[in-house]
This record gives sequence, C-alpha cells and structure tokens, in this order.
Amino acid sequence: MKNFHFTLFHHTWKVIVCIVLAIASVNLMLPARPTNTNRSSAIAPPATIMPKNNPAADDNEKKREQESKAAFAEAYTVFMHPRCMNCHPSGDVPLQGDDSHQHTQGVKRGPDGKGLYALKCSNCHQSVDLEGEHLPPGHPNWHLPTAARPMIFQGKSPRQLAMSFKDSTFTGFRSIDQLVEHVEHDKLVIHSFTYGTRPPLTHEDFVAKVKEWIDKGAALPDK
Amino acid sequence: MIQLTVNGKQYEVDVLPDMPILWVIRDKLKLTGTKFGCGAAQCGACTVHLDGQGIRSCISPVSRAVGKEIVTIEGLQPSLSKPLMEAWTEIDVPQCGYCQTGQIMAAAILLRENNDPSDQDIDNAMSGNICRCGTYQRIRKAIHLAAELKRSAT
Ligand code: FES
Ligand code: FES
Repeated sequence: MKNFHFTLFHHTWKVIVCIVLAIASVNLMLPARPTNTNRSSAIAPPATIMPKNNPAADDNEKKREQESKAAFAEAYTVFMHPRCMNCHPSGDVPLQGDDSHQHTQGVKRGPDGKGLYALKCSNCHQSVDLEGEHLPPGHPNWHLPTAARPMIFQGKSPRQLAMSFKDSTFTGFRSIDQLVEHVEHDKLVIHSFTYGTRPPLTHEDFVAKVKEWIDKGAALPDK
Repeated sequence: MIQLTVNGKQYEVDVLPDMPILWVIRDKLKLTGTKFGCGAAQCGACTVHLDGQGIRSCISPVSRAVGKEIVTIEGLQPSLSKPLMEAWTEIDVPQCGYCQTGQIMAAAILLRENNDPSDQDIDNAMSGNICRCGTYQRIRKAIHLAAELKRSAT
C-alpha cells in the first residue's frame, strides 16, 4: 500500500511537470501580446505589414508633404511673377509691366479672352515680339483665360492658389495631370519665359517643381 | 516688291517688309487720312482695318498685310461710314480732329459687332483711342446716334 501510494504520487508529479512544460512551450510559440488590452486589436499584425502608427512611415509621409509644399512654394514665385500673373488678373483687365499695373488702353478680356471690338489682343500683340522698348510682345495665340473660366491668380495666397489648381471648375482640366501638361507644353506659357523680365525659375525648373508638388501628394501650403 | 490690297485696290510697293503699314499707306500710297500719333500702339490714331480687325498700323510691319485686305478711313464701307459721318457731323464731334480717324475706325468695328451699344460697350470699344482735345462725351453721343441711324437704315 505504501509502495502503491508512493508510485501514484511519483506518477502524479510527472504528469504535473508535463502539463506545466506543455503550457509554457505553447506560450513561447505564440506571438507576444500587447500589455494594454484596451487597444483596438489585441492581435499584432504579421511583421511584414507596416503598422499605421509606424513612426518611420509617418516620418516619410511628413517629409514628402513638406517637400511637396516646398516645391509649390517655389513654383508659386513663378505663378505670381508678372510674366504669368499679368494674364491671370482678378478683374477683366489684363495687367502690364513688372509692376502689374492695369493694361493701358483699358483693354478687356471679352468672352473668349481675346479682347473686345477694336481692342482685341491680336490687333497689337502680333505673332512675334516687337523689338524695342514698350512695344507689344507677341505670340500667335495671345489671350487671357475666358470669361467663363478666368483662372484668377492675382491676390491669391499659396494655399488658395494650390486649392484652385486642385479644383477642376477652376482649371477646366479633367485631372491635375493636365495642369502639368499645360505648364509644360502650352506655347503661351513657354513664351512667358522668353521676353521682358524673366520669371525667377527657368521653364524647365518650374515644370519640375510643379511635377514634384503633384508627385509628392499636391499638399496644400499652410497659408 | 510687296503686293497689297488696300480699299479694294491692288498695289505693288517697293518697301522693306518691316516698314510699318502706316508709312506705306501715307507715304507710298498717299492715303493720308490715317494719322501718326505715338508710333507705339498707345493712342489709336493710326487705326486701320486688316481683314476687318482694328489694327494699329504704326506697329504693324507691312509683311503682316500680305494676302490680307487693308481698309483705311478713305475706303470704309458705306453701311458703316455713312451713319458715322452723319452722326459725327450732327454732334459736331471733332475739336482739332487729329485723333478722329482712329476714333471713327474703332467705332466702325463696334457698330459692326454691336447694333445697339450701351455706354459700357462704348467704353470697352473706345478706351484705347486717346483724344488730347477731350471730345470723349461727344464721341459717345455720336456713337449712340450712329447706331440708331444704322439700325433705321436696315
Ligand atoms: S500712332 Fe499708332 S497707336 Fe498711336
Ligand atoms: S479732336 Fe483733337 S485729339 Fe481728338
């Protein structure tokens, strides 16, 4: 009997040790659990997927946003330069000169952006620039934006202008990529970099900045 | 040699292609109704019609007119010149008269495109034509009258 008891006790002890070891090993095989069980998901994602709150990803996103804003800030100096802004006035009279005064002769936009009556743009702005001080520069398609879509730049802050560019009712473009197309290939835009006081960036650099702004998320400037 | 059509007539003129149309019509063709004011597209005194548009002939090289039709004050079509002439005489618009050719050529385009111009339309059409004598109010009156005469003639 004594022997029996001893044997039983001996085996029971072995069984307990086995159970404890089994539980411990299962625990080791499971992934670590968060200590705070109030989190929305108590199960950690597999290591290959970056969590939303991954600080490295956040930093990268912030960096791109900052770069996007910085690129727009540079492009903005061109958009607001007289060579660009003079044809994007807040009223119906184009602007002139490096001080962006209202165009003499009181010329007006007209419905198609090409002037009115005897004051049509191309009456004076011919197919090429005229040589000499204060003579009209020229291009075969000299015009302002139309009355229906005046695309006003004048008076807009960087943020307001960037918002306008993202608004298809402002630009008339189906997608923001067409904005790149416009600044890169529109002949009148290109011509603006060829006469008078030049914009602060070359056309190439300007296009690169607009592209960078869009590629990095078309972030809205703070102001 | 440059071939030109002015007031419906063909001309061949021996000038450089960059000579301003104003020089050609005044000095070569002796059509002196068109005046020189500023020579820099500022005043409108030299306005002529090129294929119906009111160009400033002082800054337009004659090459611009090749294959096109120039009309000067001497050749303005009667449907426009008649009401304008009558209204200008009736209102007694000119003071010294120097700017008036340009005023009338600009007003002719307004009347052609707008049968019944408002004061605002007149301002939009005429603000590029300077009159150093300040006949602007009479010009405005005369344009209203010319529009009326033109309407009643059609
Ligand atoms: S002379 Fe041509 S606009 Fe003044
Ligand atoms: S009438 Fe004298 S300049 Fe106009």
